[in-house]
Amino acid sequence: MKELVVLSGKGGTGKTSIVGSFAALAKNKVLTDCDVDAADLHLLLESVIKQKHEFWSGQVAVIDEEKCTRCGLCQELCHFEAIEDFRVDPPSCEGCGFCYRICPTEAITMEENLSGHWFISETKYGLLVHARLGIAQENSGKLVALVRQQAKEMAEKQGAAFIISDGPPGIGCPVISSLSGASLALLVTEPTLSGIHDLERVLGVCRHFGVPALVCINKHDINEENSRRIEDYCSEQRIEVAARIPFDNIVTEAMVKGLPVVEYGDSPVSREINLLWQNITRLLANN
Amino acid sequence: MIISIASGKGGTGKTLVATSLALSLKDKHRVQLLDCDAEEPNDHIFLKPVITRKGAVCIQVPKVDEEKCTHCSQCAEVCAYNAIAVLLDRVLVFPELCHGCGACSYLCPEKAISEEGREIGVVEQGHSDGIEFVQGRLTIGEAMPTPVIRQVKEYANPDGLVIIDVPPGTSCPVVESIKDSHFCLLVTEPTPFGLNDLVLAVETVRELNIPLAVVLNRAGVGDKKVEEYCRKEDIPILLTIPLDTEIARLYSKGVTLVEGMPELRETFIGLWDKIREMVDERTRSLKR
Repeated sequence: MKELVVLSGKGGTGKTSIVGSFAALAKNKVLTDCDVDAADLHLLLESVIKQKHEFWSGQVAVIDEEKCTRCGLCQELCHFEAIEDFRVDPPSCEGCGFCYRICPTEAITMEENLSGHWFISETKYGLLVHARLGIAQENSGKLVALVRQQAKEMAEKQGAAFIISDGPPGIGCPVISSLSGASLALLVTEPTLSGIHDLERVLGVCRHFGVPALVCINKHDINEENSRRIEDYCSEQRIEVAARIPFDNIVTEAMVKGLPVVEYGDSPVSREINLLWQNITRLLANN
Repeated sequence: MIISIASGKGGTGKTLVATSLALSLKDKHRVQLLDCDAEEPNDHIFLKPVITRKGAVCIQVPKVDEEKCTHCSQCAEVCAYNAIAVLLDRVLVFPELCHGCGACSYLCPEKAISEEGREIGVVEQGHSDGIEFVQGRLTIGEAMPTPVIRQVKEYANPDGLVIIDVPPGTSCPVVESIKDSHFCLLVTEPTPFGLNDLVLAVETVRELNIPLAVVLNRAGVGDKKVEEYCRKEDIPILLTIPLDTEIARLYSKGVTLVEGMPELRETFIGLWDKIREMVDERTRSLKR
């Protein structure tokens, strides 16, 4: 079983539209949405939630006002500036338990934290594992790891050939968690200076974790000069540019209809995504 | 006053709004632009600042003095992140798991643990055309942008006008960037993804009890559901930027909107006036 993760560094380059199309093109796969902050993939797949589970992770300190003598030791020692006026600010608390251990009057307890939910949904194109991190919660990396683990178990059970993951933007915790141990990363970029800058950083993360990568230039015709720069950069880095998708408003039109763009009639965009998927299956078969 | 520019969904135009707002107001106010998207900071591409100071962001990780250590395992027991393992004859520290809480060194009965800084990123400070500029940059391969963001925000001087460019999403780096703001602008686009992520971002900002409004970018694409949602939720749309290939072209070349289309400067000054009105109104209602 091979696992493909789609990343970009910069947000809004088209990851989800491409993964939605792969969902329609790929046979025998399990889908995951690893963007647990702002998951959108389900919007393209006629998705129905079949299972909903709680995600408990980490702890939060709670101060008992009755027992607190306002000595201030916890405030002084907290490295996260999470305690002010003898109250814990839950979003700032990293759950280390330092305050709980040093409080001279044992006024602090550590409470388990409901950090979010994860779901198994049935879609028109197969199973989807996705999640929703609670507002202002930490541990997105752990939730991503859980989503991937569930997808893996289901893929094994149904003998799936692929897991296809829609990744989060950025290069931090949830990206690392989406990427580590994957078979291949597809990096979706756009020919803007921001897109190029962010591509370089996310490619650095792939290298750091030893995951092979290939690049897709989305909306390549909005700035041909920058597209050439991306091609040159990729050839220097020995990274394959596996597709060049033109800009076309039909991508948004398909999204409004709740359809993957390859299901929204024949177009240069859908033909290029088709080729991209063929390229990827060939690469996955070889590596 | 501190204004944060956030979005939920990435790529909706936060950087475009933050840089143009800063440039439009710099002649009238002392303006700071803080780029808190430490994973993928992009404001510098548009503002081309002169960087005058650069400092490492370190988290304090434990360093064990094996001479003093009795391998009692207290440190491993108090560590909530499994960053320390005590073997019979030595202690293993996993710095990449450490959050730098300091519990192990404080609670070590032998005082055998000191803290040493481990660099996870940098903060760069400089200026660009009359704007004070600060950005955080997470080192590639590091997982935690929050300490970098915290350090960027230490430069904020709320006596002037502070504009914060927030990373996408709704989790801890976003909250760290937005909290303490007087106002939050949410940039979105009129598509199903834009709407879905806007709803999540609105929930987050409301949870922090910060007044908010929307900037609708690429208006004309997609559908009308973002506008319907804003009407229903009583969220003002303070600025609408049309879908325009010229705007996309400028952005792709790293040119700010108000430099490429100077006539829009007044529009951004108008945006600021509306924000100030909303913040003043809020202050008055809190006093009542």
